[in-house]
Amino acid sequence: MDAAKDAGQAASDTSLPETGRPAQAEAQSPAEIHAPAPNSPQFTREEDLHAYHEMLLIRRFEEKAGQLYGMGLIGGFCHLYIGQEAVVIGMQMASVEGDQVITGYRDHGHMLACGMDPKGVMAELTGRRGGYSRGKGGSMHMFSREKQFFGGHGIVGAQVSLGTGLAFADAYKKNGKVSLTYMGDGAANQGQVYESFNMAQLWKLPVVYVIENNRYAMGTSVARASAQTDFSRRGISFGIPGEQVDGMDVRTVREAATRAIAHARSGEGPYILEMQTYRYRGHSMSDPAKYRTKDEVSKMREEHDPIEMVRKRLIEMHGVAEADLKATDAKVRETVNESAEFATHDPEPDPAELWTDILLEARA
Amino acid sequence: MATDILMPALSPTMEEGKLSKWLKKEGDPVKSGDVLAEIETDKATMEVEAIDEGVLARILIEEGTEGVKVNTPIAVIVAEGEDVSAAASRGGAPKADAPAQPAPAPDMQAEGQAETPAPSAKTQDDKPKAPAAPATITSKAPAPVMEEFPEGTEMVTTTVREALRDAMAEEMRREEAVFVMGEEVAEYQGAYKITQGLLQEFGARRVVDTPITEHGFAGIGVGAAFTGLRPIVEFMTFNFAMQAIDHIINSAAKTLYMSGGQLGCPIVFRGPNGAAARVGAQHSHDYSAWYSNVPGLKVIAPYTASDAKGLLKAAIRDPNPIIFLENEILYGQSFPVPKLDDFVLPIGKARVHRTGKDVTIVSFSIGMTYALKAAQALAEEGIEAEVIDLRTLRPMDTDTVVESVKKTGRCVTVEEGFPQSGIGAEISARLMVDAFDYLDAPVLRVTGKDVPMPYAANLEKLALPNVGEVIEAVKAVCYR
Repeated sequence: MDAAKDAGQAASDTSLPETGRPAQAEAQSPAEIHAPAPNSPQFTREEDLHAYHEMLLIRRFEEKAGQLYGMGLIGGFCHLYIGQEAVVIGMQMASVEGDQVITGYRDHGHMLACGMDPKGVMAELTGRRGGYSRGKGGSMHMFSREKQFFGGHGIVGAQVSLGTGLAFADAYKKNGKVSLTYMGDGAANQGQVYESFNMAQLWKLPVVYVIENNRYAMGTSVARASAQTDFSRRGISFGIPGEQVDGMDVRTVREAATRAIAHARSGEGPYILEMQTYRYRGHSMSDPAKYRTKDEVSKMREEHDPIEMVRKRLIEMHGVAEADLKATDAKVRETVNESAEFATHDPEPDPAELWTDILLEARA
Repeated sequence: MATDILMPALSPTMEEGKLSKWLKKEGDPVKSGDVLAEIETDKATMEVEAIDEGVLARILIEEGTEGVKVNTPIAVIVAEGEDVSAAASRGGAPKADAPAQPAPAPDMQAEGQAETPAPSAKTQDDKPKAPAAPATITSKAPAPVMEEFPEGTEMVTTTVREALRDAMAEEMRREEAVFVMGEEVAEYQGAYKITQGLLQEFGARRVVDTPITEHGFAGIGVGAAFTGLRPIVEFMTFNFAMQAIDHIINSAAKTLYMSGGQLGCPIVFRGPNGAAARVGAQHSHDYSAWYSNVPGLKVIAPYTASDAKGLLKAAIRDPNPIIFLENEILYGQSFPVPKLDDFVLPIGKARVHRTGKDVTIVSFSIGMTYALKAAQALAEEGIEAEVIDLRTLRPMDTDTVVESVKKTGRCVTVEEGFPQSGIGAEISARLMVDAFDYLDAPVLRVTGKDVPMPYAANLEKLALPNVGEVIEAVKAVCYR
């Protein structure tokens, strides 16, 4: 794989774009990119157990959401995070309570990783009154002030400026918090991303930009949409350091995240992490995925699945019994089933809700 | 040959300024590029450079003179060797009363110009109009009806510009979460000098110069507001807010609803809106109707300085996203503002600016200048117009308008924006529902013409509404 680059080197690299470079990267298959790194950082048994549980919760939750969508219980758009679980879990393992998270529309995994209640998330997907937005937001628009999760945004790239604004507020308040601002490889081509990069570095804002490169913006592969496919280099002209990270390995994610967050928190300014990841499912539920081969998907699933890698480690390295893992699986399934049960039986919002939450009452 | 040096215009809307200092004296040789004098407006101080070579023969306006109209001769330059005394005899008005001799200004400020009604003010849409009389905007607004503060309150004559600045400064002193961001708000003191002095008082942390990236900094402002900060985002003009409109609409206006009430967005987007003078189609758009269309926003468009102050303070305190539409031509106009420690006005309340029994004229922002001048002229013809200043466009105070129309039975709306789906169209629709039985005539709209704003002075005047059109529309609804 393309090893994580030294931050300083990336920042000081002022040469013109090397046209051969991205082409080379693109020539590699996803599986090649995710070839095992020789010295992967290690997790303790507890850390692997934690990562396993958290990632499995997202996986099972998303599978259930897909199922409910198929049954017509979830409407509109529904973008699943399956395959990308290691990114958000590794990031969360490196952040501390109070750090803010904001992302685009593929947001269910981020919400669960932030500790939001699966029932509230699933009930929002089904448009019920117990949903996080009382049924008025849907899959792409959920928030939790309590968990410092700021959405859930449906306009590609908008969350990047908004997340930079969260960091602006952190710097203004000098509260020591860091804004973890996620975007996909598609959003990374939006103009406002670079406006935000500029101001974040100019004002040394505490923000980590996490570019989840799952290789396809809807159906357009990175190579067909991006002149510079190495997203870690997207901040070079602003002097923002960046790294490419194996986003399928929760350990490398956490290690890079720790470095990036420390950089941002110390007042050094923003940091870019390109997470090389992969989504197994289509862009949304209605995506037939004709733009890639079945082989490409199954090879990633078989050889680089973030959850399977942890599971294997738990058994082979940490001596965890299969039965214990099965118990975890059962527990996760129960949590997810409960959320589905809640989300399908919770009533729809009261019709009066149509007219609430449009404006706040002015303070006395 | 002697050449007059004229008082220059520093901006498209400058009418007059102060000749603060002469840097050359009579008899000095000058060459192209030499700084001759410094002039000052309420917005800026600028240098007057010579563009000819020769000798500064006569100074016509002494330094320290205020109110020097644009295009007034301020000095005479003669060619080297030319007879200086000859130039002196040529030099126009005597020094003392030079300001009383304004040369024709390039903009619309010709007071007392004949105002003949445009022949086709009744139907504003679609068809090309016969040339209308030039719009006339008085720089001296009539005293508004004021009833929102205790009787006997001391009034201070204040420009809209100063009122806006005072409102921001007072709110920034009151709450640390309030900050200003935008292009040129800090070091430059504001492109239109609205933020003058704020950097000096509050420092660079709270008065933040941004790069020219409206989309990005609007998003940053909204993100900061999500955390409870109270940003005032200045757009150099609302034309540039088009770059940021996604964040204004999709991020600021909708998130409270989409979050089930969790995530409010206490932010003020403010800046000049609508036509200034001679700045062409891309810098003259009136967005009043656009923003007033969006649930989740409050939209304010004040006319007087006291409304600008009281409503901007209210806007900054409001927990919702506010669009605060100012007007560049109004910035320099003076109005009485109550001297009170904390003058805050309610958002969403129209004001009866002038009472009358025969017809209701509804307007807002700079439209009020046409409405009030028309009302004055109509009064001389025996038609008593009630003039309502909406002040807030969303939520719109329909009650005040309906109450007035119940009394007058007739209504004319006045705005600079385009006719289709405009504020006047909205008022007309509401009156049809809420005051149908009281209407003695169809509601007529006086609006900007249905064309992109032209640059040429004569065409720009034709594109904007004018007092004559308001008068004609009023007479039409009164069947006079």
